[in-house]
Amino acid sequence: MKNCYINGMGCVSAQKTFESGFLEEIHLNETENVLFAQQPSYKEIIPPAAIRRMAKGVKMGIYASTQALKEANLEQPGAIITGTGMGCTEDSEKFLKAILDNKEEFLTPTSFIQSTHNTVGAQIALGLQCKNYNFTYVNGAVSLESALIDATMQIGNAEIDSALVGGIDETAAHTIEMFQLNNSIKKEEDKPYRVIGSHSKGVVFSEGAVFFALENRQTETSYAQIRDVFTQNILNPNQAQAFITDFLTQNDTTIDQVDAVVLGYNGDAGFDHFYDAAGSVFEGIPQLYYKHLSGEYNTASAFGLWMASHIMKNQEIPAVVSINDCRKEHYDTILLYNQYQGKDHSLILLTKC
Amino acid sequence: MNKKVAITGMGIISSIGKTVEENFTALTEGKSGISTIENLETIHKEVIKVGEIKITNPELEQLLGLSPDNNFSRTAMLGAYAAKQAIENAGIVDMNEYRTGLISSTSVGGMDMTERYFYDYFEDESVQKYITAHDAGDSSHKIAEYIGLTGFVSTISTACSSAANAIMMGARMIQAGKLDRVIVGGTDALAKFTINGFKTLMILSDTYNTPFDNNRKGLNLGEAAAFLVLESEEMVQQQHKKVLGYVSGFGNANDAYHQTASSENGEGAFLAMQKALKIANLQPSDIDYINAHGTATPNNDLSEGRALIRIFGENTPEFSSTKAFTGHTLAAAAAIEAVYSILALEHGVVFPNMNFKTPMEEFDLVPQTTLKTKKINHVLSNSFGFGGNCSTVIFSKN
Repeated sequence: MKNCYINGMGCVSAQKTFESGFLEEIHLNETENVLFAQQPSYKEIIPPAAIRRMAKGVKMGIYASTQALKEANLEQPGAIITGTGMGCTEDSEKFLKAILDNKEEFLTPTSFIQSTHNTVGAQIALGLQCKNYNFTYVNGAVSLESALIDATMQIGNAEIDSALVGGIDETAAHTIEMFQLNNSIKKEEDKPYRVIGSHSKGVVFSEGAVFFALENRQTETSYAQIRDVFTQNILNPNQAQAFITDFLTQNDTTIDQVDAVVLGYNGDAGFDHFYDAAGSVFEGIPQLYYKHLSGEYNTASAFGLWMASHIMKNQEIPAVVSINDCRKEHYDTILLYNQYQGKDHSLILLTKC
Repeated sequence: MNKKVAITGMGIISSIGKTVEENFTALTEGKSGISTIENLETIHKEVIKVGEIKITNPELEQLLGLSPDNNFSRTAMLGAYAAKQAIENAGIVDMNEYRTGLISSTSVGGMDMTERYFYDYFEDESVQKYITAHDAGDSSHKIAEYIGLTGFVSTISTACSSAANAIMMGARMIQAGKLDRVIVGGTDALAKFTINGFKTLMILSDTYNTPFDNNRKGLNLGEAAAFLVLESEEMVQQQHKKVLGYVSGFGNANDAYHQTASSENGEGAFLAMQKALKIANLQPSDIDYINAHGTATPNNDLSEGRALIRIFGENTPEFSSTKAFTGHTLAAAAAIEAVYSILALEHGVVFPNMNFKTPMEEFDLVPQTTLKTKKINHVLSNSFGFGGNCSTVIFSKN
């Protein structure tokens, strides 16, 4: 079995993360129930005509993937594997609205063409002229994790030497309104919005694109090694602890060996008890969160992985992401746990290179 | 040497039947499922033909025994129906006795409900339950819930090659020892969204689709769901399972040519077939039947034909597209065609490429137009999608 290393990353998110560096400039939000991703300048990497045509998700995906490949000094990845929970929402909405508003007449194909879930992966392949394996996973909050399982399996099995893996989700106006309607998004009266210690339902909704350049070899730019990724569709709250400890056992890792645990708390009082249960396994161990920075969306866990990878490389935890005061001398093993609305539970085990 | 991946069960619902047997009968008797739309409101009703399943949503709810407050999209219902058949066919009683996964695929997920209630959501509280049924993953969660599966559940959406990729990922997970068995396939319901989408691309035929014919006018959309149960060789031996066939090879490549059109020389298709043959450790001459993607669009059939010639030369084995029977069922296409490929292996038959009259002027490829009986050991099945996504799966008897 070959190892799988994260050798490059690119991150477009609600924070100013699109340049290199790590959370130097943070904006803490307690008043907006939807956070839009901070947009980099695209003109250096995408032709102007294409910038106008492309939906936000595609642009963010191209940007983040370019950064990841550049950092890893990788030109042609052995595979391009993306994850997206909602897909190309902007173009889907645009085309659907046109159908409904114009009673199926006077339609043009552009937004339909760009509405397929694999648009980002396809556009990256087109840009790189990369004819290799190209998959897109679309399973809610385990979309990115499915892509990681696929990539680590193929790298582990020596089928490929490298893979470009990313999670992308974009917001779109009508979808936001629908999520407000069914209370998936927090209400105005629930302000100030907090992720830890929240008593209200729903989340602060967001968007973003994070890409990882994975390789079977350690390099100067390596952040961490992905040891294992595991997902499960549903879990009873009382099974959360066993879910985690079984996974660690399978990876010959004891609870004491975990130097930090990254929990996907999103401030939804209806489901954050899963993280409380998980956290209780790791008393005295640094517990971290990130969705107060990234907001919640189906592939927000990619932001969590980006954050954990930086912490592993820097060997330092920024205070802004800490749930408790615990610190360790070394961060050699980090565990990430995420779920959304009680579904799509995932675990990622990272170790130091 | 890769570990063997056995197929121990399959289930299907399409416009030519709601069981494997009904589909087989229609394929052998030349009965097409292409008709005029009945279950969907669209202004294109009279001008296009589709492979529609003549079962309404309330009837499907009843067939599945769903409670009135359910929020299954049609996509999820079709998927649940086919997946249930597949696990029964595989003789699975206790769903979670072994590490079991579900990898489904869909192109538009719950779009059939979203397009119906897009504006109504804001007026009518009773339909708001369908808001969360929109995303692709929801249909897979519903299927898993319906068959009582707890474990690995994922969904692939790479347009019209999706289900082939679900089979591929499932086979890999079995080979890697991550799962003991996995239910793989795809589901897609007809929707105004896709009908109008393909209409704007001007690749919908106004009559019956004619794959690989020189005068082909485009595709008929269809709806369907199909699932296979894949199991490891250890599981098969341990439980003395009947094996329907094996997934012996698979390959995915990207055409990297255009967002929707296929390249002129069929590069992506060529690479996908080449990879699949390599993994299966087979020569092109070992393939006994090709179930082609053959959508009957001018672009696909030319590109695929050229790729076939690049792999097989001018003397290709018997090939046919079964889309004249079912229409193009998008993300489900590779799953229903996997079922047909396995039926071809099982019964030693090549299904006819219906509606073919005139060979294409660009090459001498002529599909098999009548039902043909022959010994079949290996079937190669192609599926291609938007975004240059090209996939090939090879099914073998042993």
